[in-house]
Amino acid sequence: MTALSQTQLSVNPWREFAGDSWKNRVDVRDFIQRNYTPYHGDASFLAGATERTLKLWQTLGELLTQERAKGVLDVSMVPTSMIAHDAGYIDRANEIIVGLQTDAPLKRAIFPNGGLRMVKGGLEAYGFKMEPKTEEIWTHYRKDHNSAVFDMYTPEILAARKSAVITGLPDAYGRGRIIGDYRRVALYGTAFLREEKQRELRDLDEAVFSEDVMRLREELSEQFRALDELRQMGAKYGFDLSRPADTAREAIQWTYLGYLAAVKEQNGAAMSIGRISTFLDIYIERDLAAGVLSEEHAQEMIDDLVIKLRIIRFLRTPEYDQLFSGDPTWVTEAIGGIGEDGRPLVTKNSYRILHTLYNVGAAPEPNLTVLWSTKLPAAFKDFCAKVSIDTSAIQYENDDIMRPYWGDDYGIACCVSAMRIGKQMQFFGARANLAKALLYAINGGVDEKSGATVAKGFAPITGDVLDYDEVIAKFDKMMDWLAKTYVKALNCIHYSHDKYAYERIEMALHDRDILRTMACGIAGLSVAADSLSAIKHAKVHVVRDDKGLAVDYKIEGDYPAYGNNDDRADDIAVWLTQTFMEKIKAQPHFYRNATPTQSVLTITSNVVYGKKTGNTPDGRRGGTPFAPGANPMNGRDVKGFVAAGASVAKLPYCSAVDGISWTASATPGALGHLPAERQRNLSNCLDAFASAGGHHVNVNVFNKDTLLDAMEHPELYPQLTVRVSGYAVNFVKLSREQQLDVISRTFHEKV
Amino acid sequence: MTAASSDSPTGFLHSVESGAAVDGPGMRFVFFVSGCQFRCQYCHNPDSWKLHNGRPVSLDQAMDEVRPYAGFLRIAGGVTISGGEPLMQAPFVGALFAKIKTELGLHTALDTQGFLAANVADDWFDPVDLVLLDIKQMDPAKYLALTGQPLQPTLDFARRLVRLGKKIWIRYVLVPGITDNDTDIISLVDFVLSLGSAVERVEVLPFHQMGAHKWESLGMTYPLALTPTPSAEQMRQARGLFSSRGLLVT
Repeated sequence: MTALSQTQLSVNPWREFAGDSWKNRVDVRDFIQRNYTPYHGDASFLAGATERTLKLWQTLGELLTQERAKGVLDVSMVPTSMIAHDAGYIDRANEIIVGLQTDAPLKRAIFPNGGLRMVKGGLEAYGFKMEPKTEEIWTHYRKDHNSAVFDMYTPEILAARKSAVITGLPDAYGRGRIIGDYRRVALYGTAFLREEKQRELRDLDEAVFSEDVMRLREELSEQFRALDELRQMGAKYGFDLSRPADTAREAIQWTYLGYLAAVKEQNGAAMSIGRISTFLDIYIERDLAAGVLSEEHAQEMIDDLVIKLRIIRFLRTPEYDQLFSGDPTWVTEAIGGIGEDGRPLVTKNSYRILHTLYNVGAAPEPNLTVLWSTKLPAAFKDFCAKVSIDTSAIQYENDDIMRPYWGDDYGIACCVSAMRIGKQMQFFGARANLAKALLYAINGGVDEKSGATVAKGFAPITGDVLDYDEVIAKFDKMMDWLAKTYVKALNCIHYSHDKYAYERIEMALHDRDILRTMACGIAGLSVAADSLSAIKHAKVHVVRDDKGLAVDYKIEGDYPAYGNNDDRADDIAVWLTQTFMEKIKAQPHFYRNATPTQSVLTITSNVVYGKKTGNTPDGRRGGTPFAPGANPMNGRDVKGFVAAGASVAKLPYCSAVDGISWTASATPGALGHLPAERQRNLSNCLDAFASAGGHHVNVNVFNKDTLLDAMEHPELYPQLTVRVSGYAVNFVKLSREQQLDVISRTFHEKV
Repeated sequence: MTAASSDSPTGFLHSVESGAAVDGPGMRFVFFVSGCQFRCQYCHNPDSWKLHNGRPVSLDQAMDEVRPYAGFLRIAGGVTISGGEPLMQAPFVGALFAKIKTELGLHTALDTQGFLAANVADDWFDPVDLVLLDIKQMDPAKYLALTGQPLQPTLDFARRLVRLGKKIWIRYVLVPGITDNDTDIISLVDFVLSLGSAVERVEVLPFHQMGAHKWESLGMTYPLALTPTPSAEQMRQARGLFSSRGLLVT
């Protein structure tokens, strides 16, 4: 392959593109709407992997094997930035799309601005040692985000964090979940974008210099500078990013370099790429029409891009990896959906990016997310269903319920959170454990495991049989306490992150004035709902230890469980979701005037949350994993997955606009006898879930035997991918506990 | 829970499944009714043998179970009544099929071994679109040994379905050492072919051990505890005996 920079630049990189509005000011959506070609056909046009692609993937495969053995292959000790490292390659002669986070593949970077402690812990866990100079700088001269947060925390927040009634907070590393509009780099080039940033700054020259305005002015200047560093980063690879991309290959390259700049600057909990495939299709279509590109090469470029996205890495501690199952980065790409004008946003490139799961095998990253609508073209629905059945590597989110909120150019941050690209960001807030909060209501704020008083000033329930009204009254007060403590912690985190670890390149790829959400979340929904259902519909006796602490519960009689499309239980789950959202909204202050939102999502931390929560009134044993996300509790959804999905779909999106996650698993045989029947059945089920108002679903299709075999012989299954709450993981990278949890979850396998 | 008013029959349900995809065309809502007069050695639901082990429900209660899914099922599949043996509760099951047809307009399927079919009138089948007919062995003596009942009523029922113009899917469970003899399978193929175009497909299902724990928990000795599941090759061969004669087999 010849270097891209040798390609002669044509006169006008916007040649043949329609529309004017997007040419005068940044408006990627307008560009897409005026230029994209919806595709209604089937998958027959797709091209297989080229020899070059396979060779590159094989070269990388050897490195990935070494990495799996060591945990971390290598670390660069140079504190990261866009221009801290020289250009890096996997196999320069065989790469079409280039760019690595450091100067070598799978060599991780360190991000001390987020938190020196996390860097140190990560290095030491894998046998590396921090350079004394780095430690000196971030101890004596430069403060990090992590230190600032802990300067502000209250003793109560610290206690809640320790007991895990509030957990997963991004207070020790990058908060992530911000999606730069990386497409802007390709469409406009950095010179145009810098001019826009300058204009945005000048517009504030006459504003009242409040704290908000001064902070914004400083940030805009940072963004302006960051865009030039992005240009310098591109120059290391031989590209001139100051100008717009001229060809499909450049558009992919420019977009990727924009993204690469973000993951060189930020160790974010989740680093989505946005919604790029249909945007890139416009360039591919132009080159195909001009006869300068073949389908095989178009696919090859997308395959190469996806290979790059699969090796995004961050250095984190083993405890972090245990919480999140392996090494997730959530390079989420949103695919498909329907435009506001009713045309599907499905293009040939929507197919190509899904087809990478065949060309270079299944993989958890990028986190391929289909924006499902009942109005998607039938052929695309069938193709998605086929890919799900074959690879278990895609997730679905309901475009029909998100579009009215977020328009038709939103992406998915992390797992399930929709946001308008370049116009919105979130303050990621992990989650509060509602099941544990219920136990606190019963025990008057005393932790059932440690015996420590975490929430002060609450009286315990003293009766031997739990009374529903009494429990609800106390739980209501405990949720007030939880919401108050939780939002205070989030305010500390995001104030501090803006100050010490500002995402200058990601925010440079946003408009100046954006919507900020404060994305709170809940865990343990099904445990809390079932516990309340048991208290209401059966008789729950309290078992106390010698100190009078309620440590166990005996249930007399049966109770309806959430997940069987039975309103007696499902209404409780709905009430919990609505009520906690109201408690959050009632808080007096949200940093930077953020709009509070909520998710019902646990990622894989359902295992760890369960471990930290004692026996619960639903009969769950202490330490047993929670169900993931909004799932019914394992094994309690006895009426099959359509009923389970109907229960999940009742949770109101308006009370959880940050997302409601459901993970459904089935064996291939349980979806139908013939491949075409399986596809049609799955596609119909997705339509049904979407019509019912369900928000998100992971679809896993695999045999129990395969998973059991993979536990015994992980070396044979390096690419075995399973979906967990909101994202996909390499099954063999899960801890043994997590593997068993996946297996023990309801397999909707007819017996 | 008490079901029942005097004029509508009470049914006994073992369980329901809202999302089955291998019990008739498309996605099925399945009523598994309780009660079976067969005692098949390989039964994977021995807990459904006794009628009164089931949960008593009225017709209206049964309809309430399926109604929330009607919109979905209309597009995606339909309702299957399985068991147990649905014909053990023919008045209830017949009334339920009729109500599902008239009130919800859904595709309906009956999963049966047909032994008791002689007890019901032809018009009982009016609201039934498809019959999933289990033929457990084609050799009458082996059939008797396996199920404790004679084969002939099932064969008579198949011919009656042809006469009634019903669609049929034949189901055959391949049990190593019990139903995997080529001669027996070939005579089943001959029989199926004699039924003509009424038979839309044949399902050859692999015997599995997933019901073993149920025998155990019921305190019964599982006669097939040591029987292996058929290999992929055995399945391929058995299916080949049907497909080579032009039958659609899954």
